[in-house]
Amino acid sequence: MAVAQTERPGLSRFVLPIAGLIGLAVCVAGVLVLYDPHGGPNLLASIYEALGNISGATDLRNGSGDQVVAKLLLAAIALLVGVGGIWLLFICVGGLVSLLPPKWRDRILPWVFAGPALVLLAVFLVYPAAGTILRSFQDDHGQWTLANFAVMTQPDFTQILRNNAIWLIVGTGGSVTLGLIFAGLFDRVRRESLAKTLVFLPLAISLVGASVIWGFVYAWQPAGEPQIGLLNAVVVGLGGQPIPWLSTSPINVFCEIIIMIWLQTGFAMVVFSAAIKGVSSEVLEAARLDGASERQLFVRVIVPMIRGSIITVSTTIAIVTLKIFDIVYVTTGGRFDDDVVANRMFHEVFQFFNDGRGAALATLLFVAVLPVMYINLRNFKRQQGEG
Amino acid sequence: MTAPAKAVDTPKAGVSAWRPGFIRSVPLRLSVFFICFLWTLPTLGLLVTSVRDPKNITTSGWWTALLHPFEANQWTLSNYQTVLASGGMGDAFINSLIVTIPSVAIPITIAAFAAYAFAWIPFRGRGILFTIVVALLVVPIQMSLIPILQIYSAGNLYGSFLGIWLAHTGFGLPLAIFLLYNFISQLPRDLFESASIDGATHLQTFTRIVLPLSIPALGAIAIFQFLWVWNDLLVALVFLGPGADVRVLPTALFQLIGSRGGSWHLLTAGAFITMVVPLVVFLLLQRAFVRGITAGSVKS
Repeated sequence: MAVAQTERPGLSRFVLPIAGLIGLAVCVAGVLVLYDPHGGPNLLASIYEALGNISGATDLRNGSGDQVVAKLLLAAIALLVGVGGIWLLFICVGGLVSLLPPKWRDRILPWVFAGPALVLLAVFLVYPAAGTILRSFQDDHGQWTLANFAVMTQPDFTQILRNNAIWLIVGTGGSVTLGLIFAGLFDRVRRESLAKTLVFLPLAISLVGASVIWGFVYAWQPAGEPQIGLLNAVVVGLGGQPIPWLSTSPINVFCEIIIMIWLQTGFAMVVFSAAIKGVSSEVLEAARLDGASERQLFVRVIVPMIRGSIITVSTTIAIVTLKIFDIVYVTTGGRFDDDVVANRMFHEVFQFFNDGRGAALATLLFVAVLPVMYINLRNFKRQQGEG
Repeated sequence: MTAPAKAVDTPKAGVSAWRPGFIRSVPLRLSVFFICFLWTLPTLGLLVTSVRDPKNITTSGWWTALLHPFEANQWTLSNYQTVLASGGMGDAFINSLIVTIPSVAIPITIAAFAAYAFAWIPFRGRGILFTIVVALLVVPIQMSLIPILQIYSAGNLYGSFLGIWLAHTGFGLPLAIFLLYNFISQLPRDLFESASIDGATHLQTFTRIVLPLSIPALGAIAIFQFLWVWNDLLVALVFLGPGADVRVLPTALFQLIGSRGGSWHLLTAGAFITMVVPLVVFLLLQRAFVRGITAGSVKS
C-alpha cells in the first residue's frame, strides 16, 4: 500500500507539526480579527496605511469607505481560519501525538479526533438542554416552581398546543400520504425525473421564501377590487366572496400547513420512490398472478413492504412540523389564533423577556420528541447488533 | 429458484419492478401533469410578479401578464435593483455567503474526524458517546437558544459572524457525524487492516483512504448543511440579530415583509434573491443530494 512508502524517518517527522504550529499561530491571529467587532475594517485600514492610502484608512476607521471590501476580507479570513485552521489543528496535534510512545498515542489519539466534536456538542447542545430544563422549573429569582408549566392550561396556551397537534397530524400525514401517492404515480410515467424534480424543488426554498410565495397565493383584497392572489381569484371567479385566508381562524392554520406540505412532500416522495424501486419483482409478479389490481398491489403489497421508510420519513417530518417556527412567525406572527409552541417561545423570550416560560415551552417540545429519540436509539442498537 | 433464473427476473438498476413497462393511460399522465403544474404554480407566480411593472401588480393578477407575454414594456428588472440597493438585499447576500461557507466547511471537517474515530478507533466510552450523538439528533434547537445567548452576551459573541459559525457548527454536528459514521463504518475492514499492517497512522489512513472514499457522503452532507444554514431564520435572528451590517437574507426578507408588507414587487424580487443560490446548487447537485437522503432513510 502506498501509505507505507511515504512514512519517512528522521527530522522530516517534525516538519509537519512545526509548519502546523506556525499555521496555527496565523489562525489564532485570524480568530482575533474575527472576534473583534471592527476587525475587518480595522485590518483593511492597517493594510491601507501600509500602502500609503491614509484617507482610505481613516474612512474605514470612521465606519465609511470600502466597507464591502472589508467584509470580503473578513470572509476570506473566515474561510482560511475555518477550513485551514481546523485541518491544521487536527494534523498538528495528531502529528505531535504520533511522536508519543505507542501506549500513550493510542490512548490520546481518539480524543484528538473526536474531542473537538464532543466539546462542541457539550457546549451547544448538552449543557444548554440541561440548563433549559432546569430554567423551566425556576422563576426569575431562581426559586423552584411549576408556574411556568401551570400557565399551559390557560386558554391561549391550550390553543397553541391544539394548533401544534394539528400541525403534527395534518402536516406529517399530508406530506407522507402525498409523497406515497406521488411516488407511486410518478414511477409509472415517462419523464419521471422531471416530474420528481418539480415536486422536489421546493425543498431548496427557505421557509421565509416559501411564506412569501404562499403569502402571495393567499393575498386578499376587499370584494370588488381585483384579486391578485391566485386563490382568491379562483374563489371570486367561481362566484364566491374573497377570503382573508391568513387572518381567518381556523382556516389560517391549514393554509400555513399547506406551505409545509408543499415543501416536505418532495422529500417523502424521493425516499419512497427509492424504496419502491427496491421491492422485488417476484413479489409483485406473484401478486399480479393472484389477480391483484394495480391499486391493491400498491396499498396491500408495496406500502407494507416499505414500512421502514414510511416510519423514518414520518418521524423526520413530524419533528420538523413539531418545531415549526418560520412559517407562523413570517406569515402572521401567530396573531390570528394560529400561534404554535416555537413561535410563542420566541416571543416569550425575545419580546416579553420571560425566559422561564420560554424554557418551559422549549422543554415541552423536547418531551414531545422523546418518543422519536427512543425509536432512533432502538433502531441504532438493533443495527449495531446486526453489524 | 436457481441463480441464473433469478438474475433474469431482477430488475436492472434504476428500473422499478413496480413499473411494468410504461403505462399509457391518459388519466395517469394527466394527473401527473396536473400535480407538477400545481406544485410549480406558486413559484411561477413569484417569478413572474418579480419582473412585472409595480403599478400592474396591484391592479391585475400575475397570470394576466402571461396572456400577452410579448408586450415588452410590462416587464422590468427595476424591482431587483430597488430591493438589492435600498432594500439592503445586496449586503444581506454578501452576509449570507460569509455566514454560510464557514458554517458548512467547519462542522463537516470536525464531523469527519469524529466519525472516523467512532467507526475505526476503539476507545473507552465510545459506545455511550456515540449513543449520545444519536440521541442529540432530534433535540430541538429551541433547547439551546436561551443558555447559548447568555454565553454569547457575556462573551461579546452576539451579532458576530464568529458566534453564528460556532452555533451552526454545534447544531449541525449530530447529523453530520451520524451520516458520516454510517458511511465510514460501512467501508470494508480489509482496507483498514492492510493500512495498519503497512504502518499507516490513523491520520494517514484518514486523510489518504477514508476521505477520498467518503467524497460522495461528504458532498451530500455539505448540501444538507448548506441548505439548512442558508435558509435558516431562527438561529440568525437569535444570534446575529437584525443589524444591517450582519443580517442575512432570510432576516432581511423578513424585515422587508414587516416594513413593506403590501409591496409585492419588492417582496417577490427579494424572495427570489434569497432562493436563487439554493435552487442553482440544488438543481446542479440534485443527484448527490438524493443519494444522501435515501442512504440515510431507506436502510432502516
